[in-house]
Amino acid sequence: MAVSRSKRSFSQERIVFLITIALFAVFAVELNNFLAPSNLLALVRSVAVLGMLGMAMLVVVLGRGIDLAIVANMAISVGWALQLIAGGMPVWLALCVGLAFALGMSLIGGILIAYAEIPSLFATLAMATFIYGFGRAHLITGTDVVYLPHDMGPVVQLGQGMVAGIPMPIVVAAATAFAAYLFLKYTKPGRFIFAMGDNFHAARIGGIGVRPMLVFQYVLSGSATFLAGLITATSVGAMNTRIVNSNMIYDVILVVVLGGVGLSGGRGGVRNVIVGTLLIGVLMNGMTIMDVQYTVQNVIKSLILLFAIVSDSIINPRDEQTGQQGDI
Amino acid sequence: MKSALLRFAAIAVAALTVGGVTARAQDNMNDPYREPALNALKGKSIAYLPISIGFDLAQAWGGVIKTEADRYGMTFKARDPNWSTDAMAQAMTSLIAEHPDVIVTQNPDLQSLARLLKQANAAGIRVIQMNMQGAIQTDAFVGPDFISMGQQEAGMMAKACGKDTQTSHKIAIVQGVLTGGVSYYQVKGLLEGLKAHPEIKVVSSQAADWDASKARAVTETVLQQNPDLCGIVDVWDGQGVGTGAAIKQAGKQGQVYFLTSGGGAQSMCDRLEDGTFSAAINYDAPGMGRDAFTAISALLQSKQPAGSIKFQLYSPTRVMTKADVKAGTCWDPQAYAALLR
Repeated sequence: MAVSRSKRSFSQERIVFLITIALFAVFAVELNNFLAPSNLLALVRSVAVLGMLGMAMLVVVLGRGIDLAIVANMAISVGWALQLIAGGMPVWLALCVGLAFALGMSLIGGILIAYAEIPSLFATLAMATFIYGFGRAHLITGTDVVYLPHDMGPVVQLGQGMVAGIPMPIVVAAATAFAAYLFLKYTKPGRFIFAMGDNFHAARIGGIGVRPMLVFQYVLSGSATFLAGLITATSVGAMNTRIVNSNMIYDVILVVVLGGVGLSGGRGGVRNVIVGTLLIGVLMNGMTIMDVQYTVQNVIKSLILLFAIVSDSIINPRDEQTGQQGDI
Repeated sequence: MKSALLRFAAIAVAALTVGGVTARAQDNMNDPYREPALNALKGKSIAYLPISIGFDLAQAWGGVIKTEADRYGMTFKARDPNWSTDAMAQAMTSLIAEHPDVIVTQNPDLQSLARLLKQANAAGIRVIQMNMQGAIQTDAFVGPDFISMGQQEAGMMAKACGKDTQTSHKIAIVQGVLTGGVSYYQVKGLLEGLKAHPEIKVVSSQAADWDASKARAVTETVLQQNPDLCGIVDVWDGQGVGTGAAIKQAGKQGQVYFLTSGGGAQSMCDRLEDGTFSAAINYDAPGMGRDAFTAISALLQSKQPAGSIKFQLYSPTRVMTKADVKAGTCWDPQAYAALLR
């Protein structure tokens, strides 16, 4: 099924890619400096974290799951680590504690889904509320914005450094995407995720240890989440735990779905997420240059998403062949 | 309380029988006005409902009010709607039913709480609005005059980027939430003030939703688009951290004059010290907490029904630069947060 879809000449990924190219061309002609290398770097950089969270989400979505807890996990784990550093803990130890927290939380989420068989939608929704509530009540007890301590050492380079003129967040995001690509394409667990997403029961009968695999997916997502949070905090100079209340999680789902990854699992890959992320990046950058207000930007963003989905369903109508049970 | 009243009455009667010789009464009692004032406060209840208890301003206001409430034997309870306007409206409705003597609240925007605040006043609860005046005036408003603060910012920007300077005269504004009063009135005052300086060009005016990450992304693009930018105004220092990070990462620290405003928490001093902020207007959040408690004290002593006296208490502000930062200049939100837990 996955093969037949991607062979179509106008998959959703292609449509979105064409929209991106079209927008890019329009902005390049209409806006001064849009094509300047520094602007293109700023464009990619502004969506680097979103792309990384998209990768974290991809690994879960491909296995027919969803992780609504990634933003909460990112904010609280990194916020707590920063607070520990400010309280005098060595940087490396605090970061290890933060990472352990992120992994631990996604492990609990994964166990709930794999062994208690709670649907991922509900399990991760509950986990998001739990992580945020627990974090704000017991870990980050001061202000909900945790500022970057002055003595962070070389870790700050993750957000502010450059490699050969390219900002670090882009380099890390690209490395994450490449690692995800290699993992999904060339490793056994990576292929298992596709199999589980395509037909969970067949995968199970086929001898895949589906429960540990499910847990593994969420833990993997948790580690990418922590890294994304670290980049956010070091480049902005603070971790704002309030983003848990924002619509960021929908933006993450947006870049995944926009690129043509099926929420019903088994369809899509790293390329789809990159295409979706780039579209959002081009849109946001162009509109910021045009001084379009942020609220209006949200409207335009959602209209483009609707346009992509509608054109996909017109060009590739659902039928018994392409439709899948559990399609959202 | 009863015995205190009795004693006071007894002393008063005794004083009268002596034949109005007040000097004699004063020998027995230090201050005849103290007891009535303390009695007006004792046992009264204060409910505190800001938009969130998780940010520095609300922690300072609440911390100061709670400390004073404890001192005078009043009860204090805080509710935390955690940035949700819905939860806040619900909490306000249940507070009106619980009928405390005073509600101290903070409007998330002009309209959301207006009807409820009116209802609270009608129910006999005194209402104090912090930092942002809603559409309805209640017993007291405590907060800076954001329009004049905006005008002051316009003057400062004119000084840094105006016609007397060898600059591009280009400035950018980073707003908070468009409908939030802190942002709306500040920008309004700023634009009004800039009318006197037609040479200054506002090249960008974007909302960052009180989020430092958004402020960073917006500022990065603006700086890239206008490499000769002279100055930036950010309406709140909390998101200004992101704006400042973008300026620093573009290598423009020192070239771009960056002005912001906030309640004077330690993070403000830190950013002034490391040069992230060129200058900041500090409206002293613990001072606002004191103003709020002063208003509570005055209202309860006045014995007037709720909503009958209405006043606006504008907070003093102070412009700060790196030179003003000394140990203890700014306050530690953690200490106030601990008081509210």
